[in-house]
Amino acid sequence: MDTRAQPSPESSRTYARQSDAFPATARRQARAGRSEYAIVIEGIGLVADLSGALYWPEEGVLAVADLHLEKGSALAVHGELLPPYDTASTLERLAWVIAFYNPKIVIALGDSFHDGGGAARLGEADRAALGSLQQGREWIWVAGNHDPIPLRGVGGEFVRSLACGKLHFRHEPRADRYRGEIAGHLHPSARVNQRGRTLRRRCFVANHQRAVLPAFGAYTGGLNIRHPAFCKVFRGLAFTAHLIGDQDIYALPATRCLAD
Amino acid sequence: MLYVDAVPQPDHPADPALLPERFAQWFAARGWRPRQHQLDLIAATQKGRSVLLIAPTGAGKTLAGFLPTMVELAGRCAPHMVRQRAGGTDAAGPTAGAGLDTLYISPLKALAVDIARNLERPVAEMGLPIRIETRTGDTPASKRSRQRRHPPDILLTTPEQLALLLASADAPFLFGSLRRIVLDELHALVVSKRGDLLALGLARLFRLAPQLTTVGLSATVAEPGELARYLVPQPSEPPGGTAHADLHVAEAGAAPIVGMLDSAEHVPWAGHSARHALGEIYALIQRHRTTLVFVNTRSQAELLFQELWRINEDALAIALHHGSLDVTQRRKVEAAMTAGRLRAVVCTSSLDLGIDWGDVDLVINVGAPKGASRLAQRIGRANHRLDEASQAVLVPANRFEVLECRAAIDAVAENAQDTPLPRIGALDVLAQHVLGTACAGPFHPDELYAELRSAAPYARLSRTEFDRVVDFVATGGYALRAYERFARIRPGRDGRWRITHPRVAERYRLNVGTIVEDAMIKVRLVRAAGRPTTREGGPAGLIGRGGRVLGEVEESFIDILVPGDTFLFAGEVLRYETLTEEAAYVSRASAEAPKVPAYAGGKFPLSTYLAERVRRLLGETAAWTRLPGQVREWLDLQKIRSHVPQPGELLVETFPRADKYYLVCYPFEGRLAHQTLGMLLTRRLERAGLRPLGFVANEYALTVWALRDLSDAIKRGAPSLPVLFDQDMLGDDLEAWLAESALMKRTFRQCAMVAGLVERRSGREKKSRRQMTVSTDLLYDVLRRHQGDHVLLQAARAEAATGLLDIRRLGLLLSRVQGRIIHLSLARVSPLALPVMLEIGRESIEGEASDALLAEAREELVREAMA
Repeated sequence: MDTRAQPSPESSRTYARQSDAFPATARRQARAGRSEYAIVIEGIGLVADLSGALYWPEEGVLAVADLHLEKGSALAVHGELLPPYDTASTLERLAWVIAFYNPKIVIALGDSFHDGGGAARLGEADRAALGSLQQGREWIWVAGNHDPIPLRGVGGEFVRSLACGKLHFRHEPRADRYRGEIAGHLHPSARVNQRGRTLRRRCFVANHQRAVLPAFGAYTGGLNIRHPAFCKVFRGLAFTAHLIGDQDIYALPATRCLAD
Repeated sequence: MLYVDAVPQPDHPADPALLPERFAQWFAARGWRPRQHQLDLIAATQKGRSVLLIAPTGAGKTLAGFLPTMVELAGRCAPHMVRQRAGGTDAAGPTAGAGLDTLYISPLKALAVDIARNLERPVAEMGLPIRIETRTGDTPASKRSRQRRHPPDILLTTPEQLALLLASADAPFLFGSLRRIVLDELHALVVSKRGDLLALGLARLFRLAPQLTTVGLSATVAEPGELARYLVPQPSEPPGGTAHADLHVAEAGAAPIVGMLDSAEHVPWAGHSARHALGEIYALIQRHRTTLVFVNTRSQAELLFQELWRINEDALAIALHHGSLDVTQRRKVEAAMTAGRLRAVVCTSSLDLGIDWGDVDLVINVGAPKGASRLAQRIGRANHRLDEASQAVLVPANRFEVLECRAAIDAVAENAQDTPLPRIGALDVLAQHVLGTACAGPFHPDELYAELRSAAPYARLSRTEFDRVVDFVATGGYALRAYERFARIRPGRDGRWRITHPRVAERYRLNVGTIVEDAMIKVRLVRAAGRPTTREGGPAGLIGRGGRVLGEVEESFIDILVPGDTFLFAGEVLRYETLTEEAAYVSRASAEAPKVPAYAGGKFPLSTYLAERVRRLLGETAAWTRLPGQVREWLDLQKIRSHVPQPGELLVETFPRADKYYLVCYPFEGRLAHQTLGMLLTRRLERAGLRPLGFVANEYALTVWALRDLSDAIKRGAPSLPVLFDQDMLGDDLEAWLAESALMKRTFRQCAMVAGLVERRSGREKKSRRQMTVSTDLLYDVLRRHQGDHVLLQAARAEAATGLLDIRRLGLLLSRVQGRIIHLSLARVSPLALPVMLEIGRESIEGEASDALLAEAREELVREAMA
């Protein structure tokens, strides 16, 4: 076994940060001063955050996709008793991103709850945490396939999709109309082989016209970006995967990533 | 054969009264006489005793295990034919058709089937009214349900099947009549979670059938006390009190003739292929009738098989056998072997256990044997009869292995054995058993707790731990009481816990067992399309799907392949085409040498006992005369240039090389413990500002390299070696590292599956890791953050201590070498350090530090673009 530690002078701090409870945002803060990681869509500069959220500085909009809140309890109904902390965990990470960017508007890009009953099952503490995140800002729930009907008792505003300047926010990316579309739904993840080791990471995928965000929820899985669903959305393989590492985001062309 | 072993043995006068006439005649008709230990077992069991029989391979221990049952059952329809000792029998004695009488448990499905076949013959030849059946995963459903309604007299099965039978409502009916349970290969069973599961099953059986006695059959082990304890219920009073089964030790057979290949070729410094000795191995095969060639990993088996055929000028019938090959392929090899049509089989531990292998006259063990008991077991495969010496040759693959082979040969000569450490029953297995118990019927926690504690591995289980496990089974065991209404089991007014829905039992049945392999994927051979697959090409254009199944490989191995990569499997060079949900597709490759050399699977750690012997051998200069010349020269050189570590010492060398600084230490504690040590040392060096870059571990040594001068730092005491190797690294450093460790996540995954947190199977199909609804890595992160003391995290930590991280052994090492660390600051690499230094860059990185790789991939593109 040959494990190379990072030679950078930061690496001891890296260890500390890795064990941090909120790795993504905490690490982001640690590298404050470095240029933000940008994805440009229709000429608009957007910040891709290590947490998987996308921030639009000009408008103060923060978008997150596929929170899948209450997935744990949804599975419990079917007898799979997974740790019931997924909602708390997702909201906590969301809280850090929100604290960092202090957005005017938060857009949850659909599948915010894992199932129709999810909003009703939300625990007291989690409901309160969600409420405090919504304080002082606009909160928009975009409809998803898991939560197609308006959510009750969770604040915010419920929409099918949302246009905002040149950008268009919706849950499921569409094959026909796509310029300026910011979507979720697909849970992109990319597989890379480097030096005989294969890594699989969540990622943003984008070309210059549109982007698909990674799933934000604690218990969400990923779909390989070489799956035909992505080809359909991007009309081929001319798109970039922005892989979310532990300390940074790494852009690789889709062709450099592997199918399963 | 089962009874080849019962050859005449004049020195021990058998007590003829013990053996009914029918049996005596049957033995005599074959010119055999029963062995003393076989008669002893009849006598002991007639007194209602539970016994542990320790016997070497080939001593007829399986027949010994069954004789008591056969004798008793023979007597039930025709009592006049069985002369029983007065006053020695059970009160009632068996009557015909009275239900299940004897249960036989083996660790291998194949072994159960093999034994059943071998039992049928004497039963038929003596005309005994005994019905023998097997029950394995392959038994058809119709036969299974018939077995429940009309149980056979003797049922041969596996621990998992027993657990399933016990989890049904008719368990009291099925097992109420049980009089005896025979546990074969007990030494192999008890050291694992399967052993825990079986121990819990035994506890249940003792309750269902109070008249039950046990017969444990084991190969020679150093301290049989643990096994003897396992076989009988442990008393609740006095606290800490123990009970043991009677111990019977069979006489040892002829001493084996074991040699080490003194290769005329240059013995390599590192590596495990033993390619240097290929010609010599082939010559040995030529000179013998049938040779078994044992190797330690499946990839070594593939490689050696390939190489042997490359030089097989006489076209000798040489076959390949390992656990990943398709079962029909394996059966073919086994049949050819039994029929005497093969000259050699290259095989792995799939043949370690007692399956019968025909007429083998030589065993070759390639690579280091890893444990004295393992070697003894393998050697026993040659001349599977007690009175002829078996012959074996060890072929070390590198210079350290020469030492290990020498130590193992000495151990076999002294008949010394490894001692498996006593196990503390795993909590994830307990969770599975508690749910199984509820599936069988309502249980009262007080009664169940008392029952569990009668199982030796769980004798010290605290009530708190038990209650936490029950809570886990019921609602997940979470501090946040979110799942009360989804409970799987719930107490009634009578205080007894019941399952809440029949679905719970269905799910339990689909997920029973403790063996969590890396998810396996079938390998199918297809013809490649005309268009070659490119890196970018997506799914390869294959002519049709389907294709012959070659076997199964770990999903993690397929994970590292890129379409177009070639690798060695099932004796062929194959080209990886594509992966579907269902199988990995490969085609025949024209390439001579495979690109990806190995796939994982079947690495054994060096046993502590053998490690101790190797350290001793190294320290005894006088004993070096028994080592091959080239190895002696190597050690002599080490003595001049550096130091040869004495037993009890830990030698640490530091030296500069090519603008980096190296630290090499020689704990001889096995790769797993060394890896863990490497991780922890790296963290400490990092903190001391010495900028470590990486490490490599092998079975004997560990090397760490850094950008700052380590010799100088140690000289200045910043840090000093006692501080660097202080035991406190097992505290916070370990905790912090574990949190991130991919190995720990893998361990947690296994616990989560065994305990039933996530399902291995849903419906009919085994889930692959990817299809699993929620990845256990995500669960691990969330659980650790929100409920760090959860019972499954506790189980995973306990397992890591002995499993993938071998923390227990590392702990023993650190305390052993306290105050006995010898440091030498050298100008250059020492002879002893050479092997581990050569492994740098050879072993692939596992698990950790992935951002560097991603960054590298990105940089490559940048360079390409700028060029």
